[in-house]
Amino acid sequence: MKKQLITVSIYTENFIGLLNRVTTIFTKRHVNIESITASKSEIENVHRYTILVEESENLIEKIVKQLEKQIDVVGAFYHLEDQTIFQEIALYKVDIENVCESKFKEIISVNHAQIVEIEKKFVVVEKTGTKADTDALYNELKPFGLMQFVRSGRVAITKQSMNISEILHNNKKI
Amino acid sequence: METQIVKQNQYLEQPKERISGSEAVVRCLLAEGVDVLYGYPGGAIMPVYDELYKYQDKIHHVLTRHEQGATHAAQGYARISGKVGVAIATSGPGATNLITGIADAQIDSTPMVCITGQVASHLLGTDAFQETDIIGISTPVTKWNCQVTKASEIPEVMAKAFYIAQSGRPGPVLVDITKDAQFEEFDFQYKKCKNIRSYIPIPNTKKSSVEAAANLINNAKKPMIIWGQGVILGGAEEEFKAVIEKAGIPSAWTIMGASALPTAHYLNIGMVGMHGNYAPNVLTNQCDILIAIGMRFDDRVTGDLNRYAKQAKIIHFEIDTAEVDKNVKTDVAVLGDAKESLKELLPLLKTNKHTKWHQKFKDLYAIEFEEVIQKDLNPTKEGLSMGEVLKEINKQTKGEAAIVSDVGQHQMIACRYAEFKNTRSNITSGGLGTMGFALPAAIGAKMAAPDREVVAIIGDGGYQMTIQELGTIFQSKVPVKIVVLNNEFLGMVRQWQQLFFEKRYASTEMTNPDFITIAKGYHIEATRVTKREELADAVSNMIASKDAYFLEVCVEKENNVFPMVPSGASVSEVKLR
Repeated sequence: MKKQLITVSIYTENFIGLLNRVTTIFTKRHVNIESITASKSEIENVHRYTILVEESENLIEKIVKQLEKQIDVVGAFYHLEDQTIFQEIALYKVDIENVCESKFKEIISVNHAQIVEIEKKFVVVEKTGTKADTDALYNELKPFGLMQFVRSGRVAITKQSMNISEILHNNKKI
Repeated sequence: METQIVKQNQYLEQPKERISGSEAVVRCLLAEGVDVLYGYPGGAIMPVYDELYKYQDKIHHVLTRHEQGATHAAQGYARISGKVGVAIATSGPGATNLITGIADAQIDSTPMVCITGQVASHLLGTDAFQETDIIGISTPVTKWNCQVTKASEIPEVMAKAFYIAQSGRPGPVLVDITKDAQFEEFDFQYKKCKNIRSYIPIPNTKKSSVEAAANLINNAKKPMIIWGQGVILGGAEEEFKAVIEKAGIPSAWTIMGASALPTAHYLNIGMVGMHGNYAPNVLTNQCDILIAIGMRFDDRVTGDLNRYAKQAKIIHFEIDTAEVDKNVKTDVAVLGDAKESLKELLPLLKTNKHTKWHQKFKDLYAIEFEEVIQKDLNPTKEGLSMGEVLKEINKQTKGEAAIVSDVGQHQMIACRYAEFKNTRSNITSGGLGTMGFALPAAIGAKMAAPDREVVAIIGDGGYQMTIQELGTIFQSKVPVKIVVLNNEFLGMVRQWQQLFFEKRYASTEMTNPDFITIAKGYHIEATRVTKREELADAVSNMIASKDAYFLEVCVEKENNVFPMVPSGASVSEVKLR
């Protein structure tokens, strides 16, 4: 089966070592994690990992079952690209010593990015969007001299209504 | 049993009492009904050992000679009794030595709780003496694990550990306790764990799925069952027998399922898989309905998945949702506990005999008997065969013995030819294939079932992997019967070298020590058999012995185990020679 980008959402207890248990399930099947985000979820005392992988749906379906099986995992789900709304945030530290101000401002504006910090020697630009969006801005800013670049893991929310609390409640998990 | 419960109740939900973390560990074990545990002391677990000393009239600690031995003994104990086996070790090397047994228990769904000492919490992460990240190391091979750094956490974590280890699909749990938590005093009270919000041990059985299964089975012309350990773990032996007898379905077993149905039962058609019987392997690819019960379609069972039972509709009775569709796509999945789902299935089934279909199994058995079984059990060659040793043990134990086997050729022979009358009688390392399993596992099995004859059947290779446990047998006076089938080879690997590597016997020939002298060094009575005419008397002496007994049988050096499904082949391509 063909590989595709898949977002895996895992709802868990907030215990030490659980992230390790979750990632070993991917490692065991030789699956690389493209990005990972851990945060609180909409449910009190329940954490959420959002993991992006590029794999066949068939394999991820099996991995999600294994994740779900872990004692401290409350629930695990996966979604394909067209089933989710997702964003990533990128920060760019740009050397401004040789910057043509008007051109720079135009790039920021066209890309719907914003400047979050201005110092003597650099500015910090923030851009939220898909990987393609933040990559595009990366390519445009690179000629100015990028001192640092960082991109967060994906955060995603499903397009279908999918009330997680209700689903987990119905599974008698919470 | 009743006295056991009274004993347990002494420690359950009593008024709070100020005690140390280490005493709490022992009280938790007593509250869970643990009467024996296996382990090895060391620095970071010494406070708990000090309490075990004080409680020695209530709980029996067995000193093994290696922590791996402690895990396998705990496994043997659990496998024969269905109770949780307990192993205990110190931090660092003590803890890492448990890993093989934990991995074995994980893949073979054995309920086990391992307790490890850990360096004091202020030293965590400093590479202190005998510090190792055992939580990190054991995570992929445990059902659950947890590090405790405060005494007050001990009762809840221990209660969860026992609940998780034995509920649903059983498995190993590791609890790591820092030394300061063992010393710390707190107000102890023990409550059993009854549920965990994020954990559903047994999925609900959908009535519609049972009906769909019954419908397929009732309309089948050529149904076949493969059952696994799930039948034993679920205590579903009677329900299972009732189902197959009513529907008249020929039933084969995986190595882990052996003994759930007596070997002599008319519907028992033998073992499936790489060295399984000819008929069930061949007919897997001819049946119209394949009913899997409490088994997981391991690759040693299925051979090439692309050519596995493609003609059949698949029904899977399974407690672990993650096993459904993992290897073989099912048409009907019946989730839940086998005992309950089979009970629901029974009244929906039509009475059937499938005589013509059953005859096919008998016909193929006759071929296998001629080509393989006859030669194994009644050899005409001069050298002794492993099969004839099993035949003699069957005869003299009347099929009442529990057979504990190691890994390799002797294991396949033991599983193929042991005649079981009782459930929980085949104790072997199935999924992990852990050489060295049998000797310590036999110790645990015999201690859990002192009234049963426990015979360990081991190859000369595996025997030397945990041979030091003879010391445990001697010191703890465990009357196990040890049979080493010595072919002076790592026989299974040699067989593969012969068949697939043009007889290049790379590092498979063993120059062995004098096993008799070694056994006698541990004051264990020992006999060596080299000739056929000596075998019956030697086995008889062994069975008659009230103490531990060691029997070495020097068998033919280069015998092969058949039938065989070569790796990558389809089960129906099973070879008889």
